[in-house]
Amino acid sequence: MWDHEIRAMASTHAIIASSVFMATVLLAVFVPGFSVYGMHLLWIYAVSGAVTAVSVSVFWLLGISPPTKKHTLGYKLSRLFRSCLYFLLSCLFFHTVVVLYGAPLIESALETFSLSVLLTSLTTLRCLCVLGPHVQAWIRVFSRHGAMSVWDTALQITVACTLIGAWLGAFPIPLDWDRPWQVWPVSCSVGAMIGYLTGLVAAPAWIHYHRKHLTYKCK
Amino acid sequence: MKGLPVLCLLLWTCAVYLVGIYLFVGGFLLVRLEVNRTSTCGDVLEPGEEPVDFCRARPRFRRAVVLIIDALKIDFARFDPSKSDPRPYENKLPVLEETLSSKPSQSRLYPFRADPPTTTMQRIKGFTTGSLPTFVDVGNNFASSAILEDNLIHQLGQMGKRVVFMGDDTWESLFPKKFHRSLPFPSFNVKDLHTVDNGILQHLYTTMVGDSWDVLVAHFLGVDHCGHRFGPDHPAMADKLTQMDRVIRSVIDRLQNDTLLVLMGDHGMTDTGDHGGESQKETDAALFLYSPSPIFPGPPSQMDPDVVPQTDLVPTLALLLGIPIPYSSVGQVLLPLFHPPGVAGGAVGGLSQLEALWINVKQVNRFLETYSGMAKDIAPESLSQLKEQFARISSDYLSSVREGRPPSAQLASSLQAYLTAVRDTCRATWARFNPLKMAAGLAILGFACLMCFVLSELSLPLIQEAGAGLKAPAAVALAAGASVAAAQLLTRGHAEAAWCLAAGAFCSELFFFWTARRLNAPAVLKNGTKAGKSGRWLTARRLLVPPLVVPLLRCASLLSDSYVIAEGRVVTFLLFSLALYIPIHLNWDGLLLPPSPDPLKTAGLLPSPALSPSTVRKESCALLACSGLLIGSLFLSLSFHGCREEQGLCQPSPFLSSLSRLQDSQIKNLHYILSVVSLGICTYLLRHCLCHYGNLNASGGAVFAARWVLPLLSVCLGLHWAVSATPEDSFRNLAELIRLAQLALPRAAFCLLGLGLGLIWLDPLTVFVKARAAGSARGAHLPPPRYRASTGISPQAELHHLIPQIYQRMRRSLEDGEPAGGGGEADGRPAVEAYGLGTVYSAPLLLFGGLLGIGLLLLHPEGMAASFLLLLLEMGALLYIHASSITLSGLQGAYSGGFNVPWTPVVLWSLAATQFFHATGHLPTFPSIQWSAAFVGFPNGHTGTIVPASLVTLNTFASHILFAVSCPLLLFWPLVCEVRGSRGGRGGGEDGEDAVMEMRLRENPQQFSSALLQLSTRYLFILGAQVFSSVCAAAILRRHLMVWKVFAPKLMFEASGFLMSCLFLLVGVTLVLRVDVAVGRWFKRLVPDASR
Ligand SMILES: [Zn+2]
Ligand SMILES: [Zn+2]
Repeated sequence: MWDHEIRAMASTHAIIASSVFMATVLLAVFVPGFSVYGMHLLWIYAVSGAVTAVSVSVFWLLGISPPTKKHTLGYKLSRLFRSCLYFLLSCLFFHTVVVLYGAPLIESALETFSLSVLLTSLTTLRCLCVLGPHVQAWIRVFSRHGAMSVWDTALQITVACTLIGAWLGAFPIPLDWDRPWQVWPVSCSVGAMIGYLTGLVAAPAWIHYHRKHLTYKCK
Repeated sequence: MKGLPVLCLLLWTCAVYLVGIYLFVGGFLLVRLEVNRTSTCGDVLEPGEEPVDFCRARPRFRRAVVLIIDALKIDFARFDPSKSDPRPYENKLPVLEETLSSKPSQSRLYPFRADPPTTTMQRIKGFTTGSLPTFVDVGNNFASSAILEDNLIHQLGQMGKRVVFMGDDTWESLFPKKFHRSLPFPSFNVKDLHTVDNGILQHLYTTMVGDSWDVLVAHFLGVDHCGHRFGPDHPAMADKLTQMDRVIRSVIDRLQNDTLLVLMGDHGMTDTGDHGGESQKETDAALFLYSPSPIFPGPPSQMDPDVVPQTDLVPTLALLLGIPIPYSSVGQVLLPLFHPPGVAGGAVGGLSQLEALWINVKQVNRFLETYSGMAKDIAPESLSQLKEQFARISSDYLSSVREGRPPSAQLASSLQAYLTAVRDTCRATWARFNPLKMAAGLAILGFACLMCFVLSELSLPLIQEAGAGLKAPAAVALAAGASVAAAQLLTRGHAEAAWCLAAGAFCSELFFFWTARRLNAPAVLKNGTKAGKSGRWLTARRLLVPPLVVPLLRCASLLSDSYVIAEGRVVTFLLFSLALYIPIHLNWDGLLLPPSPDPLKTAGLLPSPALSPSTVRKESCALLACSGLLIGSLFLSLSFHGCREEQGLCQPSPFLSSLSRLQDSQIKNLHYILSVVSLGICTYLLRHCLCHYGNLNASGGAVFAARWVLPLLSVCLGLHWAVSATPEDSFRNLAELIRLAQLALPRAAFCLLGLGLGLIWLDPLTVFVKARAAGSARGAHLPPPRYRASTGISPQAELHHLIPQIYQRMRRSLEDGEPAGGGGEADGRPAVEAYGLGTVYSAPLLLFGGLLGIGLLLLHPEGMAASFLLLLLEMGALLYIHASSITLSGLQGAYSGGFNVPWTPVVLWSLAATQFFHATGHLPTFPSIQWSAAFVGFPNGHTGTIVPASLVTLNTFASHILFAVSCPLLLFWPLVCEVRGSRGGRGGGEDGEDAVMEMRLRENPQQFSSALLQLSTRYLFILGAQVFSSVCAAAILRRHLMVWKVFAPKLMFEASGFLMSCLFLLVGVTLVLRVDVAVGRWFKRLVPDASR
């Protein structure tokens, strides 16, 4: 039914995933002595930047974002401003949640914030791209009958996978193995990244296999 | 309501659990009493008329060097030149072989068999006291690990010998201040192979060359740590053993003629490098003896034992160095080191073999007599056999000495046989895990968990045909227990209680499953939709929901030492995850937000007119606010945690130390104010809650407790803190008064607590019936005419009519403002107002829990008041979250579970109990027990042990107790909160579906009982699963490095916490049943009057 859209989604996801790999590879080539554990913050920011840039441009080009009613420059500017504000607020929100989950409050605050930037660029950014800066719509999407298009379903899947990945990433931290990837927040950010990539792969696949049962209300 | 079956089923479940725990612990934790008497030189152990003080005789050796290489397995010490390609741990100590072959009369190598538990601390205890230490040596104070039993180090010190120690710092904690000179090095970090060894090597040789020592003990840890880190089959082990080879060579070079070298391992290791259990690889260490002067008659002969038990070192060393054998030693002297009969030992000094054996036998016999007088754990028949044996050989020996004839050849061997018999008896009692008991305990526990689960699923049919399903298992249990007892009596002459209990529990479990299957079938048939559901119980979709994944993760976390060490944070993490899951899940089901005005969703789809967006929004806001409160209190509670020694960079909470220890008076005042304010808020919240639901209007005992006892108790507590925090020297002239207050205030608080709890129990009703119109109190209860028409029918039917009538009145009075204001009615009808009827069940329970909480706070350091406030807030938040989510589901027609409490809140409740165990400053380790709790109200100590033990127990398991007692609140709270939903939603509409709060429970007594049973069994299931997994951890990981440090203490705390939870859950349930009986009586009193 939505073969065209699924194909578009698969290629979009492939582009985003390849941007993650490209960012890592470029870092490895151009930064001497680079490793994901050793220069973790650099990796986080590089990957976040790559995902942000690629997602925004791809979704903008595809025109997934909800159609704006007004086309005035002022409206667009305020929309952009609100998106940036939401991005920042979401960083702070994730930072708070991660601290409440047990991350150190003061020491390594920078690491915690970097993790929340990564989480924001993997989850909130996509919400911004697909749904625009409307928190009501975001909350609505995450309910059983809330998805209104294939892209909403994909959004549900990737966000859930990313958050579950980050959550699972916290599990090895207390173990006394003394591995470099157990250092805060390496395992969590790597977990989130793996979850995100899984979500990117899983979303089109899931939609493809369940396309018979999917029904959407019109927007 | 059928109260008795509920209570009996719960009691039986708890009993089955406890039998399982008892069995497992009986097989796993070996217990021994410590004899704290010491041997002296004056002990008459020699035969003859006048006692010979053998301490004064010249000893065989003046000095000794004891080198302990931790985990030096016998395989490491042996040398096989034929091996062309030795493994990394083989043939790395050639010095031993060279010495053995070149100086056969000066050296020996024996396998040195340790007794389980083969852990370093227990082994050090073993080869210094000569006894068989168990995990729990009763008499040892848990707070410090110092050895209080008589031991070699103590005896050496008594004799004025200078003992110099270097190496593993375990020794320093076992023998504090006993050494002449001590150089301990940190042993904790298993990954560190070199610190201890290099530290020793810096001092060993210089010390040996000097003359300021008599006994030198050096304990190397590198080999053991290398085993733990890499396993024996690793090049690092080769390096370590080669280093040890060099050490031994250098030590041998520096020995003098009057010095004995003892080189030994404390235990072996398995192929993975672990130890702790009882396999031969773990128990067989190496023992190498060497002296520069000849000590053995010749090369190894028939006389040499194949294996030397570890206990034998103590008497041997004691007699060689000329000190008394430690009192509790059960070892046997190593005969080859003493002169054989006939050879005069005058030149070198020392005892002959027979003399040594005799001293040894006398000492062992004396210990056995003392011990069997104290404890009854040695089987009586073997004791009498040993006594007989001793009488025979002592008469033999004494007669031969008296007559001066050479003793017979058999005497030595019969002396040896006696010693061996004693040691074997002791070992059978103390030093052997009982795998059969452990397995039986595991099986019973596992089945008990399963049983709890089945009970919680089948609670309704079980209650419906109560009695039949109950008497049979009890009868079966009794029969099985009795038959096992009879069988044991017939075959062995005495019955062991543990096995009878086990048989009873096991049979009753099996019988229950059989009954349950029969019960299950009709339940399925009756309800067609349920049939499909129960058939697919175990599908992945049902199991992978967070409310079950979280407890599963929690149980799995008990199997890893790192997670047990970080338990406080792990539980908080899981709790937090589950708390976030609730709103997310509600949102996923579309219940959190009011449904959008949607053209597709026609009005017919809307479940009820109650569903107005504002109601839903209000409930959602309440839910989110409570989630925020829960998360906030979770986060704040992290700051009350204590620290385990394994957590390196951890700083214990500043609130854990009592106020009197604080130096800075400003901080002290601040802490005091914080504590008092928290206490005040707790009290205020409790009172406000009761007041809000109109429970404070009556004049019964419970209300008296709420009105007067609760505030008085808080005042008492605040004063007590102030008094105990005053420095000793600040008010010199008031010292007497302060001392009196320190005694009187806590005792007054205890009395108040007892009074309050007793009053609640005696008179739990908090309902106040107010007559408005008529002067006569009774007459005013007349219901309106339409109900009076029913005078002809039975009182039972009358009840059905009357009760809703009272609810309506009550609800109206609630609506007209706070109950204290009173609800007048304009139309002049006679109004009946029953204040507090809607919370008739929860109010006493809440009050009971609150009083208990403040009482338990008394046993904690002052700073914990804030933590208790958080506990109260978190409890409230959990209750409101639960209530709101039920209401939200109910509003949109998604919830139809009757009174049943779903899994999520129960899981949250049990996790919160564990979380506050940590957040009240407790840890599952023995050193962290807050002993000061025993002295609250008893500053001068105790005479008995029951009072301090129970005070400490109450302190330790405070959070388990509070959460278990108030567990039934989970059942009541959705009903209590019902009124909020209806008020806003229905706008005062008065149809039959009215807010009747907890009176719904009286309308459906069977559902009430079944929901209560289900809630309790669910709670017990989750707690039981935790106990089961920590039991599994102890059983599976009994060889783990951390078993005695982490898993065994965790098991004991978990089991004791479970016991306390069971006890207080039963108390809570009984209180609910008590209230139910009281309410029933109250109605009975009301009805005849009304219908007349
Ligand atoms: Zn050891
Ligand atoms: Zn070890």
